[in-house]
Amino acid sequence: MLSKIVRTVTNEFMLFIVVFGLYIIAHGHLTPGGGFQGGAVIVSGVVMLLVAFNSQELKKTLRERTLSIMESTGALIFIALAFAGIGAAFFYNFLVGTPIFGRIPGPGPNPGDIWTGGVIPLMNLAVGLKVVAGLSAVVLAMALFSSGEEIEE
Amino acid sequence: MRKVVGLIVLLVVIVFLVSGMLRLIHPFGYPDASDMDDYIIQNAQEETGSNNVVTSVVFDYRGFDTLGEATILFTAVTGVLLLLRTEKRRKEGS
Repeated sequence: MLSKIVRTVTNEFMLFIVVFGLYIIAHGHLTPGGGFQGGAVIVSGVVMLLVAFNSQELKKTLRERTLSIMESTGALIFIALAFAGIGAAFFYNFLVGTPIFGRIPGPGPNPGDIWTGGVIPLMNLAVGLKVVAGLSAVVLAMALFSSGEEIEE
Repeated sequence: MRKVVGLIVLLVVIVFLVSGMLRLIHPFGYPDASDMDDYIIQNAQEETGSNNVVTSVVFDYRGFDTLGEATILFTAVTGVLLLLRTEKRRKEGS
């Protein structure tokens, strides 16, 4: 466990890192980024927590079972959205033109709005959930393994 | 003797590979086949409704590849958790 200054700064910064990661995930269809990138940003915050506090402290809040369920949920949502458009094709964007995320932006460069993209924002959210849970589980398992402890079920 | 032969073979292979690579270089921004690019650039916004054309390729046109990417991540996480988990087995009767 590092000094009190580092722990306090980590606690304050964690909120901003999570908000920035969620922004990147949610605006994946408008600005550069998406589920994988935003998820990696949030996991960098988890790694910062892991460095500032030790892995025993973090083990109490981040359960491996919860992370597994989160990751599987993200994968299932992703595949379910892919199969939902199976009437036309696998991964067909069936939400374009419908009231949900269905607005179509004008041609050419424009700022666009958040309510476009069809299934793409939903898939970004699912992939983001999956990346956050999966990489957090990997990092936590490696830290616990190197410290000689084991993950609690 | 063996080192000299190895060096000559290495030089021949390097010349072969570099000459093959030089033949593939074309001017930047002018790919050989651009039908797919032109179609996606022209139609991606109205077909997928997404302003970020790269994301619309990743999650819509090439969604199947992204599914493979997600599967790779899932497999990696499964392997790491399987290898690094040293969970104690519960003793029977306790």
